Amino acid sequence: MDFFQDMINYEFLQKALITSTVVGIICGVIGSFIVLRGMALMGDALSHAVLPGVAISYMVGINYFYGAVLTGILTALGIGYISENSRVKNDSSIGIVFSAAFALGVILITKAQSATDLQQILFGNVLSVRSSDMWLTIIIGAIVLLAILLFYKELLVSSFDETMAAAYGLKTKVIHYAIMVLLTLVTVASLQTVGVILVVSMLITPAATAYLLTNRLSTMIALAAFFGAISAVSGIYISFIYNMPTGPVIALATTAIFVATLLLSPKQGVLWRALRKIKQRQTISG
Amino acid sequence: MNQTIDVENLHVSYYGKSVIHDVNFSFEPGNLVGIIGPNGAGKSTMMKAVLGLTPRDAGNVSFIGQSVEAVRKKIAYVPQRSNIDWDFPIIVKDTVLLGTYPKLGLFRRPKKADKAWALQCLEKVGMEDFAHNQIGELSGGQQQRVFLARALAQQADYFFLDEPFVGIDVSSENVIINILKDLKEEGKTIFVVHHDLGKVEDYFDELILINKNLIGAGPVNEVFKADILQQAYQTPFSVMSGMGVGV
Repeated sequence: MDFFQDMINYEFLQKALITSTVVGIICGVIGSFIVLRGMALMGDALSHAVLPGVAISYMVGINYFYGAVLTGILTALGIGYISENSRVKNDSSIGIVFSAAFALGVILITKAQSATDLQQILFGNVLSVRSSDMWLTIIIGAIVLLAILLFYKELLVSSFDETMAAAYGLKTKVIHYAIMVLLTLVTVASLQTVGVILVVSMLITPAATAYLLTNRLSTMIALAAFFGAISAVSGIYISFIYNMPTGPVIALATTAIFVATLLLSPKQGVLWRALRKIKQRQTISG
Repeated sequence: MNQTIDVENLHVSYYGKSVIHDVNFSFEPGNLVGIIGPNGAGKSTMMKAVLGLTPRDAGNVSFIGQSVEAVRKKIAYVPQRSNIDWDFPIIVKDTVLLGTYPKLGLFRRPKKADKAWALQCLEKVGMEDFAHNQIGELSGGQQQRVFLARALAQQADYFFLDEPFVGIDVSSENVIINILKDLKEEGKTIFVVHHDLGKVEDYFDELILINKNLIGAGPVNEVFKADILQQAYQTPFSVMSGMGVGV
């Protein structure tokens, strides 16, 4: 019970747990829409693209939040512009823009600060979360959850049938860019927990796991948030006990839940499907 | 006031290549209008351009004297089945409920009355037994009926259906065409992208025949003629036989 004793004794551990739980929840929520809209690559892109913004913020001495949000949004606009105004397909334009932004970010960070900071931004370090970061994460979490709650209807219909939604007058482009903004906010909030490179595991894996388990969007979102939070907490626990890097352990925790679900889920589970097939063959041949 | 649905001088291009060239037509409300033409003729593109969903290079569209933007909430659109993600986590009755969203507007959730109305629309297409199924569990014809129920739930004045009869069973096709004919009787205007020439005369009152350019528009008996069809399909149409095949 060392962990729980330490949790009570050490404030840094409490902050880490609170921050990463919030991150797990909002990643699951926004990730559900990312998965359903087929934008997993976009999630990966935006998380990498906040890097130059973080670097520039360091250089001019402002909170990294502002720079990160700015470059995240610029990247989303840039990708949209290329795929709408040229014959280059969406996934290719994502590749072009985000690799450029990431490369620029790495150069800027190494110029601006020491290599340890780069390491921390790339892979996160949740045990060093400050109070201000924790509150920033909580505020971002509240904004994201409120936005999803208020515009749930519009997000549902535009994710499911964008043309029908546009035909009755929904501004589907505005919705798309609003999701990009929320995604950027979530990425910024996740920087310290899992880092730029592994944010996508928090965004995609819990949502994809939930997707295997339900036929309702609202349930999917709730499950994804739950899996995200569980992964975050268990990741911190394991990394603390065995002295391993937190971000990667959290990422692998999401994967473990996904693999277990893929094998065992009652509807989509690989195991049950195989069993059903064997039974069917037996009835046919018998 | 102008009492027609007018499309004038409609031009659409895609990276400099013209895909719809100078299309003009005009119909009274209360008609069931078929949009026909060979594969790649731009039928779906034209429909989307009329609705302002695809950018137009030029063209005026008016619905009884009003712009598309002004009548958006009276427009129900049913996409091609191939454009839908059938694995989406949504069940049949919630799919139909989406049809009540335009009238609800922002921030208002569907109430009991909206849910009852959606169920009523589902009954009209004979799919109420499947209310709790995920949409991917249905056959093609059943899926199309559910999407028609969603359009009905919109209580629209103008219906736009993109290839609703492709790859569906005969009984679903009959259910759908009968509902479309009922809507017409109620004074609604329905546009249907269609490519099976065999049923054209049974289904539609008016036709738009295109192949990038407008070949003909007007009452079926004036447009659906061998010589005019030949212009669109560029294959001889001596007899009406052999027309059922997708030319």
